[in-house]
Amino acid sequence: MNLVLVEHVDGAATDVSLQALALAAGLGGETHALVIGPGGAAASVNIPAAVVHVAEHDALDAFAPDAWASILGGLAEQIGATAIVAPGSGHATDAMARAAVRLGEPLAANCISVTPGDPLLVTRVRWGGSLLEEARLHTGRALITVAPHAVVAAPAGSPGSVETFTPEIADADLVVRVRDRVAPPAGGVSLADAKVVVTGGRGVGSPEGFVVVEELAALLGGAVGCSRAVTMSGWRPHTDQVGQTGNKIAPEIYIACGVSGATQHIAGAKGAKKILAVNTDSEAPIMSIADYAVVGDLHEVLPAISAELRRRRA
Amino acid sequence: MKTLVCVKRVPMTGGRIVLTEDEQAIETKHLGFAISPHEECGVEEAVRLWEHHGGDTVVLTLGPADAEEQLRDSMAIGIARGIHLVTDGEEWDPEATAGAIVDVIRADEAASGLFDLIFFGNESADSGGFQIGLRVAHALDRPCATGLKGVAVDGDLVRCEQEEGGGRDVYELPLPAVVTVLEGLNLPRYPSVPGRMRAGRKPLEALTPVRPASRLERARLVVPEGESKQAEVLGRGPDAAAAVVDLLEQIGVAS
Repeated sequence: MNLVLVEHVDGAATDVSLQALALAAGLGGETHALVIGPGGAAASVNIPAAVVHVAEHDALDAFAPDAWASILGGLAEQIGATAIVAPGSGHATDAMARAAVRLGEPLAANCISVTPGDPLLVTRVRWGGSLLEEARLHTGRALITVAPHAVVAAPAGSPGSVETFTPEIADADLVVRVRDRVAPPAGGVSLADAKVVVTGGRGVGSPEGFVVVEELAALLGGAVGCSRAVTMSGWRPHTDQVGQTGNKIAPEIYIACGVSGATQHIAGAKGAKKILAVNTDSEAPIMSIADYAVVGDLHEVLPAISAELRRRRA
Repeated sequence: MKTLVCVKRVPMTGGRIVLTEDEQAIETKHLGFAISPHEECGVEEAVRLWEHHGGDTVVLTLGPADAEEQLRDSMAIGIARGIHLVTDGEEWDPEATAGAIVDVIRADEAASGLFDLIFFGNESADSGGFQIGLRVAHALDRPCATGLKGVAVDGDLVRCEQEEGGGRDVYELPLPAVVTVLEGLNLPRYPSVPGRMRAGRKPLEALTPVRPASRLERARLVVPEGESKQAEVLGRGPDAAAAVVDLLEQIGVAS
């Protein structure tokens, strides 16, 4: 039997949780789901699992990863789960690693496929998706997180049954607990949601050089990004960085200017539907992953594109 | 204040990953190496804490003999001493790595007192296991917060900001504690030449732990089949502008 930790927002299971349910289905056997905290009961009615367990407790209003790990591990032992699966989001990964160490089990993070058997075979993501690892998981109770947006989500469905319970939570498991929340900065288009992203790499040459990148992004209602080389030079804040250790973007078009195309950067841009590279080097690695290219100096090309946009709008 | 930073030596992969013939590792013959990015920020943060509070700062790695380079890099920007768990280059799994780190932390703490704060990267750039810090924290029975872009020590507490859903979740942990951090926490400084000279003379303890059997056993690595594209060249220089705007109109983002 498999147990899937399902996260929920506004009373509905998250997409990445439905992806985790889909991966768990590939393990065979019955799937149970666990939802924790306020809104869990509302979310439970649309979760396609044999049984949805809803953990309710006053102390669960704020995320407390040790409490989550305790509930998850306790339920897994109680129902005899042979696999525990969760989405590879920040909170769920955190709770799963804590559950793994409590249960004395290994954790395979960011898997994209599983093949049942003894040992269980998993394919997991390395280098933010630039490399895959096929591994054998030697345990009778496999803990697996699922790489976001790598697996097709399970179709919505109704649970076989819903069982609400009140877990026991030790005070020690509430030491690490969300105390406060800092809201996201207001205004502007976020990189994660932007339909157009224009980024500058080392080829921009200076912080001031970004004015041409900003101009084009503004004309297209898009967001400005940058590569890691730019951030590490102190030209732009890290919040602008696209890459494995920065933002993950998924725009309609990604315009990469003076960006060489290192794997670290591309790991953050894989979600882009189309990529246009502007680069003086027609042999740069970015050219082998871009759909379109302009070979030339971005300081000449970008102002020309902006001017052409203005001309057609006039 | 006594702090520890755990770092990992990783290759700088450049534009394309090439594997060794046995598909067990990345071919690194022509690559440089660096501290995994999240941990680089951990090192910088530990140095800043030392600049404010003084005390002892230690950098630790588990890795091949060449990983001394990353320990010296850390000492070059201000870390006082290093501990090197020397391996034969074979990768250790997360359980084994955490176990070896816990053993050496216990030994160091028995000799010179508790670490008030222990830094890890949230996940390594290469293997991306997302768990070493939490495993170590659990073994030491210390609170741990993960995925942090803000770490501020205030008396006996550390205020932690974790990126979540566009905003930030705030935790307050009593010290001693373990934190796992993300790039963006700070802008790491570059080592100076005198810093590098000093680093060469700082104490470095080397140990050779034995690698236990792995329960998460790597079978092989695979470079994912990307669509190997040949970009359609829309033009050269500013003359390409009209073709680019045609494309933007076609995609529906021009207006």
